[in-house]
Amino acid sequence: MAAHLKKRVYEEFTKVVQQQQEEIATKKLRLTKPSKSAALHIDLCKATSPADALQYLLQFARKPVEAESVEGVVRILLEHYYKENDPSVRLKIASLLGLLSKTAGFSPDCIMDDAINILQNEKSHQVLAQLLDTLLAIGTKLPENQAIQMRLVDVACKHLTDTSHGVRNKCLQLLGNLGSLEKSVTKDAESLAVRDVQKIIGDYFSDQDPRVRTAAIKAMLQLHERGLKLHQTIYNQACKLLSDDYEQVRSAAVQLIWVVSQLYPESIVPIPSSNEEIRLVDDAFGKICHMVSDGSWVVRVQAAKLLGSMEQVSSHFLEQTLDKKLMSDLRRKRTAHERAKELYSSGEFSSGRKWGDDAPKEEVDTGAVNLIESGACGAFVHGLEDEMYEVRIAAVEALCMLAQSSPSFAEKCLDFLVDMFNDEIEEVRLQSIHTMRKISNNITLREDQLDTVLAVLEDSSRDIREALHELLCCTNVSTKEGIHLALVELLKNLTKYPTDRDSIWKCLKFLGSRHPTLVLPLVPELLSTHPFFDTAEPDMDDPAYIAVLVLIFNAAKTCPTMPALFSDHTFRHYAYLRDSLSHLVPALRLPGRKLVSSAVSPNITPHEDPSHQFLQQSLERVYNLQHLDPQGTQELLELTIRDLQRLGELQSELAGVADFSATYLQCQLLLIKALQEKLWNVAAPLHLKQSDLASAAAKQIMEETYKMEFMYSGVENKQVVIIHHMRLQAKALQLIVTARTTRGVDPLFGMCEKFLQEVDFFQRCFIADLPHLQDSFVDKLLDLMPRLMTSKPAEVVKILQTMLRQSTFLHLPLPEQIHKASATIIEPAGESDNPLRFTSGLVVALDVDATLEHVQDPQSTVKVQVLYPDGQAQIIHPKPADFRNPGPGRHRLLTQVYLSHTAWTEPCQVEVRLLLAYNSNSRIPKSPWIEGGEMSSQVETSIEGTIPFSKSVKVYIMPKPARR
Amino acid sequence: MWAEAASWSPLRARTSCWTVGCTWALTTTIPGLGASGSDPWSGDSGHGGGGRRQRRFPDFSYITRNGRLTDFLDCVIISHFHLDHCGALPYFSEMVGYDGPIYMTHPTQAICPILLEDYRKIAVDKKGEANFFTSQMIKDCMKKVVAVRLHQTVQVDDELEIKAYYAGHVLGAAMFQIKVGSESVVYTGDYNMTPDRHLGAAWIDKCRPNLLITESTYATTIRDSKRCRERDFLKKVHETVERGGKVLIPVFALGRAQELCILLETFWERMNLKAPIYFSTGLTEKANHYYKLFITWTNQKIRKTFVQRNMFEFKHIKAFDRAFADNPGPMVVFATPGMLHAGQSLQIFRKWAGNEKNMVIMPGYCVQGTVGHKILSGQRKLEMEGRQVLEVKMQVEYMSFSAHADAKGIMQLVGQAEPESVLLVHGEAKKMEFLKQKIEQEFRVNCYMPANGETVTLPTSPSIPVGISLGLLKREMAQGLLPDTRKPRLLHGTLIVKDSSFRLVSSEQALKELGLAEHQLRFTCRVQLHDSRKEQETATRVYSHLKSILKDHCVQHLPDGSVTVESILVQAAAHSEDPGTKVLLVSWTYQDEELGSYLTALLKKGLPQAPS
Repeated sequence: MAAHLKKRVYEEFTKVVQQQQEEIATKKLRLTKPSKSAALHIDLCKATSPADALQYLLQFARKPVEAESVEGVVRILLEHYYKENDPSVRLKIASLLGLLSKTAGFSPDCIMDDAINILQNEKSHQVLAQLLDTLLAIGTKLPENQAIQMRLVDVACKHLTDTSHGVRNKCLQLLGNLGSLEKSVTKDAESLAVRDVQKIIGDYFSDQDPRVRTAAIKAMLQLHERGLKLHQTIYNQACKLLSDDYEQVRSAAVQLIWVVSQLYPESIVPIPSSNEEIRLVDDAFGKICHMVSDGSWVVRVQAAKLLGSMEQVSSHFLEQTLDKKLMSDLRRKRTAHERAKELYSSGEFSSGRKWGDDAPKEEVDTGAVNLIESGACGAFVHGLEDEMYEVRIAAVEALCMLAQSSPSFAEKCLDFLVDMFNDEIEEVRLQSIHTMRKISNNITLREDQLDTVLAVLEDSSRDIREALHELLCCTNVSTKEGIHLALVELLKNLTKYPTDRDSIWKCLKFLGSRHPTLVLPLVPELLSTHPFFDTAEPDMDDPAYIAVLVLIFNAAKTCPTMPALFSDHTFRHYAYLRDSLSHLVPALRLPGRKLVSSAVSPNITPHEDPSHQFLQQSLERVYNLQHLDPQGTQELLELTIRDLQRLGELQSELAGVADFSATYLQCQLLLIKALQEKLWNVAAPLHLKQSDLASAAAKQIMEETYKMEFMYSGVENKQVVIIHHMRLQAKALQLIVTARTTRGVDPLFGMCEKFLQEVDFFQRCFIADLPHLQDSFVDKLLDLMPRLMTSKPAEVVKILQTMLRQSTFLHLPLPEQIHKASATIIEPAGESDNPLRFTSGLVVALDVDATLEHVQDPQSTVKVQVLYPDGQAQIIHPKPADFRNPGPGRHRLLTQVYLSHTAWTEPCQVEVRLLLAYNSNSRIPKSPWIEGGEMSSQVETSIEGTIPFSKSVKVYIMPKPARR
Repeated sequence: MWAEAASWSPLRARTSCWTVGCTWALTTTIPGLGASGSDPWSGDSGHGGGGRRQRRFPDFSYITRNGRLTDFLDCVIISHFHLDHCGALPYFSEMVGYDGPIYMTHPTQAICPILLEDYRKIAVDKKGEANFFTSQMIKDCMKKVVAVRLHQTVQVDDELEIKAYYAGHVLGAAMFQIKVGSESVVYTGDYNMTPDRHLGAAWIDKCRPNLLITESTYATTIRDSKRCRERDFLKKVHETVERGGKVLIPVFALGRAQELCILLETFWERMNLKAPIYFSTGLTEKANHYYKLFITWTNQKIRKTFVQRNMFEFKHIKAFDRAFADNPGPMVVFATPGMLHAGQSLQIFRKWAGNEKNMVIMPGYCVQGTVGHKILSGQRKLEMEGRQVLEVKMQVEYMSFSAHADAKGIMQLVGQAEPESVLLVHGEAKKMEFLKQKIEQEFRVNCYMPANGETVTLPTSPSIPVGISLGLLKREMAQGLLPDTRKPRLLHGTLIVKDSSFRLVSSEQALKELGLAEHQLRFTCRVQLHDSRKEQETATRVYSHLKSILKDHCVQHLPDGSVTVESILVQAAAHSEDPGTKVLLVSWTYQDEELGSYLTALLKKGLPQAPS
């Protein structure tokens, strides 16, 4: 209903414009329609040789054809088809028919008869294949028409015996896509005609051509995708195909087996050469596991991937995948994993190993050793050791999925995942760390495992270290030594890579809050307190000390006995850290101390939060007291802006809202100031200079509004209206200022017109929100619109001026969630005194590493700007692959910026900063009218620009002159 | 004892192909195989130099008995550059005398002469061996080498072709398929089925050779995952370096040394470590140059990243100088030889052994009697020359980094190649017995393990190509549907064998070609039936009976009273003596033999009782 009303309102306003456009459009259509097919006809008649005809057809295919003219074109093409002798031209025509039948809005059933007709007389295999493809296109376009589908299936069956593999391929494809889903039992006559598509396709599993075999399996999979239930008999056929000579056949067969195993997991299949029987899903699992050691890596990847999704498999089989019986000289040996476990449980961890430590123990019964198990044995052991990293990644992923569904398996696969932390390819290491994080709920790390995990903390890749921090955040550690070990390693990491500070603190926060009881006995040691002596007070600015405190305070939150162990300075440090790093240090209930923060209980809702209340109140105050004298208003605004900015700095969770409203108030303040200018009272031409302030204000408001619109995530439509309204006011101000400072009327005409168009645009875009803008500038402006349209520029300016003064200050509703986009450049750090030297005219690559917060779609919006000392500025678009997404709302840019310049005599600094590019089109709410595709005729074309949103970093560079 | 490619039945009388020409060369004792030779090894290049003095090189007269090698051999194939696989090559080609082609891969061709030269130097200069090949001989020998690429089919002569597959044992190691007509043999050389830090895994397609000759060094071993080994190794080195200790890793110059270098280099890179790593120079540097060049032969990681940085251009590994051993602070040193029996590694070991912070890691097997073996077996006090006693306080570690396939790997390769039979070489008889049994059990193929000098004869069933005339094929095609792999079809034709070519043609054409007149062969058979009725009636009964049984054949009742089934004639006549018995005369041509005999058998069973 609302939409209907909207439409009605809109119709009243824009009736005239629309009608005109429609007329133009229909005229155009009529002109093109006959010309298209006619031109083709003429061209084809003109063609003297097949090559010519082919050229014409190729040209023709480049342009789209309207739905109405498709049939005409098709007739012409068919006509030529019958006449044509050259198979290549016929092939092209056939493919064009297929393309044309896909045209939206065209129903291809009328050309089907013709297509089948020409199919019957065709001799060339290639053309036949193409024609079948065309039929497939037609068939898929008409999914409801049962008769046509049946007919097409018949045609396909007829051509299945063709000698060319291409034709058989297409036939199978056709069967797969169109084969009837359910047999119509109702009519006997019809049920005879309905063929058993599955059986027909299944017969081609043993075709002599591997391509046809593949096509048959694919067709079967297609049937499954379309919802046809595959018979269980296919399973045996598919299993035979697993030993095919061709990799594409094996790859497809693996998929088919997987599908069948998902369909009939519980049915029982016999094990060949024995009397036992097992579940089908287990059997399939074993078979797919076997394919993990296939000769072709494509098949291996496929198999490893599919293993992950076989969750119904019995745990007995699942655990076999990690099993590899070792032996040496026919004697059973224990794996390093088993040995580590044993050492650990015997309390003798980290003993230096002697030679013969892994000496084989008991004799192996030669008969019982099965070197190539038919079952699942060691599939993952092989997969994780594979030559190709694609296979290894697939195996890790599969491991992750299986471990998520089975805790006992998770426990078992831990050793293997930990081993993967040392893979040679970073991607694999990263993937296994992520995997481990995902399954960390199910597992507790043993100390020796933790040791291996922590060793990776020294990795030079930041990605890896951060992933590892995330992993440690949600890991369960079993002993206090483990915690101690983790802390020590993290501190080591901190000294080695000081940039990891924040991430390490965060990690310790979670580590502390997860293991309060394990931290408790460590506290005296960590704080280096002594029962009798006072120890020196540690340096409060030391990141390592802060890290220790973060761990302890978070543990103390749920462990009330802990604060008793703190020394005096610890309490002081607590108070300091609680203020400065409030996101890392929780509120503690400390005995005998009255701390303000203890009043804040964690279950308080954001609206009851005093800082939030303060924000609300200060905004209310501004909105209510708008009829104060100008002087008072200005002062109040200035005060409130200051308050809000400070609040944003203090309370990180309110930063977005506070900044957003502060910016808005800032705009209002600027507007008021501009209107207070004395220049309005003086004759315009005399005060060219004094108008500077007003025009600067107008410009700044524009900039701020763009920032408000594009730099904050979570801005809703109602805020966008207000922002646009503010911008409109700024534009009005600009117009007035220009009107007063320029002589002559001619330029004003254009400007006025443009302004009015913008008003019009505003009205159309935000028509739904207009009722909310009671009494505002635009409200009044729209009232006077008819008058403005007809009046002269001078008059318009005068009206605008009064209206600007009279208009009220709009209340900016606060959005629920709002975050300001921000970016920090981590690298280059900008502290180096060594200039980056390179030969002038050549390029030097500068590594840029930055974290982005709350940036939507950074791939398209974030740019890097380089400012050279001569004022030259370059904007670099980073590749989409340069952005990582470590967490929600967070992005990381790791890119290389190429610098180049002509020779300098001295090293000098260039500035590097990040820009946020915006495009005003992207935010405009789409009304159906805009979707009509007439964007180009818009009044306001898209405004594009950039907002700097990071601090600029200075890089010292020195282009040397080239040596000859 | 072990045997390598001892001698197998040649593919054909004239062509024999002596793979790995000179292998059982120098090595009657081989590291890792429980050697019995007790004399310490010498030289720094790490090849096997010990063994029985009396026969330094293999006895090549085995091949020919008498006569020139070139006349007897078509080609020599070298699988990889390890000296136990190519050490006797100059002796073989220059001193015994062989002028035919020698095939090897490009990396082998590049590195092999370096090793041979080193080998020669030590044997002649240091040990003073006489009657050894000279530098010039190495050069001359290398001139006879033809380099092959992976998967390239090389036509040795008009019948023999060879093809190399990746073996992953050392840089440039290859397995070879040797093929004559439809019969083929795959010889593996040494190979590794688990990829490592610088090499990929061995791979072979489903070439289904008649015989697969595979090494079986680890016939009875299944190894733990390489990751554990690597992690252990790195952890140990890292810990020692962190507490300021020095690490000594005795290695043989080529192969595993590069693997360990890559391992440490990447680890240093990843962990941002600063402690220096040294490699004792010499032959390695030259060889390393080739490792940098032959990137295509390395594993995926190195191949993919060499554009940014060639992994063999080590950042952290520097050349070692004697003086560095006394430098303070942590360091890692790779030094040759690998068993601590002489040379640089022993010198460094003596310097560092006294400090418990230091560590020595033995990456391979050590022969009895060497210092390496002693310290591995736990001796803490060593007697050095000059009655000195060296107390070993440093930590001693053992890590196995071998590049041979283990039992599982061997089985995997057999599975990949799908051979008709397998022959095991390069292993201990007792262990091979186990593997042989496993292969026979799981793949159901014949498996052999001949001793040195033993001859194995393999029966093969070679396929003989027969040309069929198109006319005949089309005629047959027209009769039935597409050829079906599941059902064999009968086809009538004439096989003409002429000048060792086989052709299958239709009989008419054969007659025409050979200028023979066509003869018709007819079989006639009499079947007696007890039937007292008239002949006509009998014929009618026979007709209706056959009609009801042979539904897909054309059964006719001719006006003269005879019955025809296709071209088979059945006539009924009264028995001359016994009127109660009728005689059925069945006559058919040779072409209808099948149907004819079926029909007679059918009629002999008698007719069904007529419905009365």
